[in-house]
Amino acid sequence: MGVPRGADAGSPTPDEGRRTGVLSGGSPRLALVFLLPALALLLLFLIYPIFSSAIRSTYDAAGDRFVGLDNYVQAFTDPQTLLSLRNTAIWVIVAPAVVTTVGLLFAVLTERIRWATAFRLVVFMPIAISLFASGIIFRLVYDQEPERGLANAITVSVHDAFSSPSLYPGARPRDPATLTPDPSGALVTGRTFGANDVAPLAITGLAPDKLPEGAVQAVQPEPGPGLRGLVWLDVGGGTERVIDPGERGMPGVVLQVLRDNATVATMTTGNDGRYVVPDLPPGDYKIRLAENNFTAPFRGINWFTGTLVTPVIISAWIWIMAGFAMTFIAAGLAAIPRDALEAARVDGATEWQVFRRVTVPLLSPVLLVVFVTLVITVLKIFDLVLVMAPGSVLPEANVLALQMWQVSFGGNDPGLGSALGILLFLLVLPAMIFNIRRFRGDQ
Amino acid sequence: MATATETLDPTPDLNTSGTPSRSIATRIAGRLGQGTVQVILIVIAVFWLVPVFGLLISSLRPDTANSSSGWWTALTAPSQLTLENYANLLGESTITSSLINTVLISVPATVLVVLIGALAAYALAWIDFPGRDWVMIGVVGLLVVPIQIALIPIAKFYGATGLFGTITGVVLFHVAFGLPFAVFLLRNYFSGIPRDLLEAARMDGGTEWSIFRRVVLPIGLPAIASLSIFQFLWVWNDLLVALVFADPDSQPITIALRGQLRQFGSNIDILASGSFISIIIPLIVFFSFQRYFVQGVLAGSTK
Repeated sequence: MGVPRGADAGSPTPDEGRRTGVLSGGSPRLALVFLLPALALLLLFLIYPIFSSAIRSTYDAAGDRFVGLDNYVQAFTDPQTLLSLRNTAIWVIVAPAVVTTVGLLFAVLTERIRWATAFRLVVFMPIAISLFASGIIFRLVYDQEPERGLANAITVSVHDAFSSPSLYPGARPRDPATLTPDPSGALVTGRTFGANDVAPLAITGLAPDKLPEGAVQAVQPEPGPGLRGLVWLDVGGGTERVIDPGERGMPGVVLQVLRDNATVATMTTGNDGRYVVPDLPPGDYKIRLAENNFTAPFRGINWFTGTLVTPVIISAWIWIMAGFAMTFIAAGLAAIPRDALEAARVDGATEWQVFRRVTVPLLSPVLLVVFVTLVITVLKIFDLVLVMAPGSVLPEANVLALQMWQVSFGGNDPGLGSALGILLFLLVLPAMIFNIRRFRGDQ
Repeated sequence: MATATETLDPTPDLNTSGTPSRSIATRIAGRLGQGTVQVILIVIAVFWLVPVFGLLISSLRPDTANSSSGWWTALTAPSQLTLENYANLLGESTITSSLINTVLISVPATVLVVLIGALAAYALAWIDFPGRDWVMIGVVGLLVVPIQIALIPIAKFYGATGLFGTITGVVLFHVAFGLPFAVFLLRNYFSGIPRDLLEAARMDGGTEWSIFRRVVLPIGLPAIASLSIFQFLWVWNDLLVALVFADPDSQPITIALRGQLRQFGSNIDILASGSFISIIIPLIVFFSFQRYFVQGVLAGSTK
């Protein structure tokens, strides 16, 4: 069996063609002539380097001292290389399984959809794009600034939908003695007020155009029943702590009235910045402008940090490879005998049971081929990590194939680099054996 | 396992939907479920398109716009779109020369792989010689050899022969690493050519070479098309090989753009337009030869 037979598509006699024929005539010498260019290149560029690297990996960086297996010991003790091995392990464990599952899901979902071809074309498209460009595309998607990165733009709007953003981020008291910031970021009056006092509170540190649309000219409240006052934007340039014409109140400021540090009332300022807290029993009160009036706005998630960077790059890889898995699996799916599925349905199986008990087992050889192919691809992953991880977190996102390049050509240690290359080769060896057995089974 | 892979559709295509016959009741239930499925699929498709769309729009916005607001704001204010970035980009000699280098690397690397691969594949399919099966097993084994393992030895070899930093060096490396897949794919296809056809050509007095040229190559065209597209895209999109073996004069577009990565935030205008230029050709190839491309992918699962 072997190779997925795509290449045989439309070949004149696909079945008889399996048995490789031999024409009468044609000599070994002629075969050699035909084979020579290919064999020479394969020998020089693929086979010789395997042995050359194996030997080179037992020498030190300069290449003149035999060090035995020291480079391999270093590979498993050097923290940076260990980190890249750990990340490669994460990739191998997570990425191929996820992509195979997603591909299976897409293939099954599109099976009976009329516009399946269009859908598959769209999902398959990223495979034509370079990993470099895909990396740029996702650097942009995951950009830290919510004004630039779509992921954070969405994160911020979802976040703000559930907890409304503060109205006056960064605003501060005009006079820190009158209004003192507490550790939480709230502003608390320094002195206390009586139940019927007037407490005007001047705020600054905010551009006037950041005031809500409804804000109107601030008005000093007349004394009267209840603790009353005003929160207004005391613009610099005018007279400080005095309400100049044109200075507006700050609507929507949430303030708490405290007595012995316990909240006894909560109030919100009106459009002119005024507030009244009626019916307070006589006593000494402080006023606290709650911290959520002033907290800095939520700016989204920093995706490119030590813990998040690898999952983020894997997500980009899923976007790239899902189409490959889907196409492959869809081809296998189309070849499943309809009778088997129909028979199960006639026997009263639900769609899920049909999928679980008939479709997946029949597909499992195809799924295995997809999975193994993805594992090989993941082991060699290089460009995507190099492009997506910003320099500062690159060490934490590093993978074996990239570390090999960095050690050899950046760090100038071809000894260790060769050892890592051999390590990589040993990791793909099972896949090589898998392919050869598949191929021989097919012959 | 053998049987199951044999059941793979011999004409793989993106359009593989089956239309089973079903009872009316299940059909109605299916129709209702299909509505949900369609909505889910539309959401997924949007999910797949938006990142590329974002790159395109970003590449059409001036630098100032990109640093102050998201590309999606251009949807409501399309007046900010401009071709300025592309004009600037194409005015830079490093970019234009690296674009030319990309072509100078991709085209020969593709043609050579097809030629050398087809010759070997024909010999492996139709000429008898001792050890033929072993050569083929060797080719299958080489399919998965990681490029990394060859970097250091070949860098040394190129250093000694003066190939380092040349386009020829980059091309040869790509050809060599493209060969296992090429031989594998073409040999599978060639061995499906009816024996009678080849025997008849020989009866007519054709030499091995003329049979190859007049019979094998024309019949093998679909497989050659798959291979060419695959190899072309692979080389066009390469970063690693050029990173090691090219110098500033022979560097392709991916390397030229990588130089701009360090200041990602302030270089979005260059990076977005440059990346988009670099993916236009692959996308055109992909959409025009989608069918061959799919076949190549299905055949090349082991790469």
